[in-house]
Amino acid sequence: QTYLFQYTFAVTPAHIKRLYKRFQALDKGNKGYLSPQDFGSVKELATNPIGDRIIGAFFSQGQETVDFHSFVRILAHFRPLDKNRAKRPDSPEPINSRISKLRFAFQLYDQDNDGKISRDELLQVLRTMLEMQVTEEQLESIADRTIQEADLDGDNAISFDEFRKSLEKVNIEHKMSSRFLH
Amino acid sequence: MSCWTRRGLLLALALGLALLVPMALSLGAAEKTRRSVGNGHGTGVTLRPDDSHGDGHGVNKTKKIFPVLTFDFAHVKIPFEISLWVLLASLMKLGFHLIPRLSSIVPESCLLIVVGLLVGGLMKLVGAAPPELQSDVFFLYLLPPIILDAGYFLPIRPFSENLGTILMFAVVGTLWNSFFIGGLLYAVCQIEGTDLKSIGLLPCFLFGSVISAVDPVAVLAVFEEIHINELLHILVFGESLLNDAVTVVLYHLFEEYSGLGMVTFLDVFLGVICFLVVSLGGVLVGAFYGLLAAFTSRFASHTRVIEPLFVFVYSYMSYLSAEVFHLSGIMALIACGAVMRPYVEANISHKSHTTTKYFLKMWSSVSETLIFIFLGVSTVAGLHSWNWTFVTVTIILCLVARVLGVMGLTFVINKFRIVKLTNKDQFIIAYGGLRGAIAFSLGYLLHPEEFPMRNMFLTTIITVVFFTVFVQGMTIRPLVDLLAVKKKQETKRSINEEIHTQFLDHLLTGIEDICGHYGHHHWKDKLNRFNKKYVKKCLIAGERSKEPQLIAFYHKMEMKQAIELVESGGGVKLPSAVPSTVSMQNIQPKKSNSERALPQISKSREEEIRKILRSNLQKTRQRLRSYNRHTLVGEPDEDGWNDLLLKRQKIMDMDKQISRMSNYLTVPAPPPESPTLSRSRLASDPQHYVPKPTLGNVPIIKVDLASPQSPEYVSVVDEFQKEAVPLKEEDEDAGGLTMKVPLGDPKKEEQEQQDGGKEQQRLMRCLSDPGPGGAEEEDEPFLP
Repeated sequence: QTYLFQYTFAVTPAHIKRLYKRFQALDKGNKGYLSPQDFGSVKELATNPIGDRIIGAFFSQGQETVDFHSFVRILAHFRPLDKNRAKRPDSPEPINSRISKLRFAFQLYDQDNDGKISRDELLQVLRTMLEMQVTEEQLESIADRTIQEADLDGDNAISFDEFRKSLEKVNIEHKMSSRFLH
Repeated sequence: MSCWTRRGLLLALALGLALLVPMALSLGAAEKTRRSVGNGHGTGVTLRPDDSHGDGHGVNKTKKIFPVLTFDFAHVKIPFEISLWVLLASLMKLGFHLIPRLSSIVPESCLLIVVGLLVGGLMKLVGAAPPELQSDVFFLYLLPPIILDAGYFLPIRPFSENLGTILMFAVVGTLWNSFFIGGLLYAVCQIEGTDLKSIGLLPCFLFGSVISAVDPVAVLAVFEEIHINELLHILVFGESLLNDAVTVVLYHLFEEYSGLGMVTFLDVFLGVICFLVVSLGGVLVGAFYGLLAAFTSRFASHTRVIEPLFVFVYSYMSYLSAEVFHLSGIMALIACGAVMRPYVEANISHKSHTTTKYFLKMWSSVSETLIFIFLGVSTVAGLHSWNWTFVTVTIILCLVARVLGVMGLTFVINKFRIVKLTNKDQFIIAYGGLRGAIAFSLGYLLHPEEFPMRNMFLTTIITVVFFTVFVQGMTIRPLVDLLAVKKKQETKRSINEEIHTQFLDHLLTGIEDICGHYGHHHWKDKLNRFNKKYVKKCLIAGERSKEPQLIAFYHKMEMKQAIELVESGGGVKLPSAVPSTVSMQNIQPKKSNSERALPQISKSREEEIRKILRSNLQKTRQRLRSYNRHTLVGEPDEDGWNDLLLKRQKIMDMDKQISRMSNYLTVPAPPPESPTLSRSRLASDPQHYVPKPTLGNVPIIKVDLASPQSPEYVSVVDEFQKEAVPLKEEDEDAGGLTMKVPLGDPKKEEQEQQDGGKEQQRLMRCLSDPGPGGAEEEDEPFLP
């Protein structure tokens, strides 16, 4: 099974061991899978503005549990990119490439999965991040401004390409990598 | 080359020469007078006529003619000389940029050194002794502005992300360089044939430590022009700043003990302790002064004019305080600037911020220029002792040590870095290790008695500095282009980037928490929380302390755009009914603090008004430019009630149109001409005039125009404030403070009977009277 992980997610056996230990630590009651309450026991997540979104990302559509496979799959996004690795032309996009990382982040914004970040979704994110310290009008004008800046095709929403374009100067490979999987 | 540029070139050269010669001569003359005055009056060129202060001195004074015009240079000599040098530096800087070709090939630092050489040479020709770069002048006056400029504008994010790498290069790299160069030089000195046997091991190490430090001034001067990408810039520059602690410790260690000729393990151990004390102590001193400065700036809202002074004085004091204890002054200065900046910027006015920025840039620019010129002059002025072996071996060793050090360290560092350093990066880092004036000044500080080879050291240091600045400085730009190193991206940060990077920060913090990994993001998040909860409250004045970073960024951006729009010629004429007075709301407090010509409602009244509005007006408050006196208007004339309802609809449609056009404009533009439009503009909030049933106990604020003679009208507001009642959300529309015009409204008359009829009359008068400007022009701009 580790071979499968290695192949798909480009994680090393050491990583898998570490992740499995953590999985077991989170899995209170040794069920073999994780439920939302297990994630809730991580107390720092409660103070994180987008904590619930992150937890939600682990549970794929309609599922109530997270098995180890999905756990690794999500966390593999945050592995630092290995630039020197030779790229085979027909291999699928590695899960920790820049595009995949961005897609993961995009999905956190786009909760209804329609492929666009609508104004309301953006407002929701802003509201949680700014934690009630600003007024509704301020949020709205920021959201309008954001969409206006990023929106290239005029549909008043941010598609994945526009999202990617607006972040082209940001060093995503660095920003979205965790040393845990180094 | 066109005719114009040829003429320009000739003109510039002629100007330069014409200035150089008299300056050199005057400086020479100044030198001569110093000597002559010192030798007593009457020898050489006497400049002080004896009889100018003649009253009552001599007994047998014959009466001379009253001197109409005297020449007394001596008592302004020192400031005069300093000003001449600064003027020379500035004119040279000016001149270089008039010659287009030259500045793109040769970096400014080289040109300035050449100018220094020329001036020194001229002075020698004239017969005056050119001044040398005194170490205390350098360390106390010329170096701090540059370091402060660097520290204040240090980009914190890349710096903290790469801190580990920078520290490795600074500490381990410098140590490696010093010992490698020192040791091999000693070995070379022992070789037969050179007459360098007399140089002991410790002086060699001392020399090695002096010469191995990468110099921030030189790095800044060269890297500024090549616009390299942020990562490399911060790596080399950060290294040059942080290696100061190592240099200080090594220098003192070897200087102390080179007389004795040996260093024990205890001394080495103490040296390590000393290093920790020097660096951490410097940082703490700097942070302390930085916090003091931030705290002081919190109260500076009434004396905006001296705000920039606090930044400068506190920073300089931190530098001097650190120098008292022989701690690292450079690190203190960096820490001070970096710590104080976020808080001071939140507190000081926009103008003070601009002033600070420009003063820092100006001082550091002049300092840098002077340093390079003096390097040139000192070359001519100093006594030199040239030794081919020593010099060439030093240069070769410097290069080799640097390359080996960088390669070795990168190999180790890359194991820990997420984004690895490529070979190109390594090359640039190695090549960018320039030496400069700090090495020279440290060498200058050596005592000639203890170090008989001081002159040789100085000569070598100058040669190495020249080599790095000229050869490496000139060739780095074509090399950067050749290797296609990534350049700095010039564009400004967009709000998208800001929002998304914050989002990603939260995301990574969450992921790290899930993994149970206390990584970079975790600590950064903790620091931010601590900052928000405790520190900001202390150090930032008033409301700004609660402002989230995103909002501050957003407003800065809006302000910039507004200023740009105005500067570009006023652009679109918009009625200021453009929505998003949201941002105006937050711009206004800042602007309202700046000096205004008209007398104003006192701050406490303003606060009261604001409090009422804030507590009651949930939805409508942002549409009201309610607390700026000058737009605290809101009434039409008495008859225009129905008109206004129609106008309101029109305005709303127009708003939508305009917002589609350019909805980023949030600063109100000058009002258009038509009176009705202006009146309805002033009554911009549609919700103002919804004729909703007033709840009996909702206070009604009667607003009046900003008429200068009406401070007493505020008393009306006061009155109602006493009756301020918490809001009942009975229906969503009516729940709110309404800005009512005291019209003939039955419900309102009840209320109005509460105040004296006199008040009402006063109000009515003031409401229909637009102010001193005359009653008829209602299209007068209300915004000054």
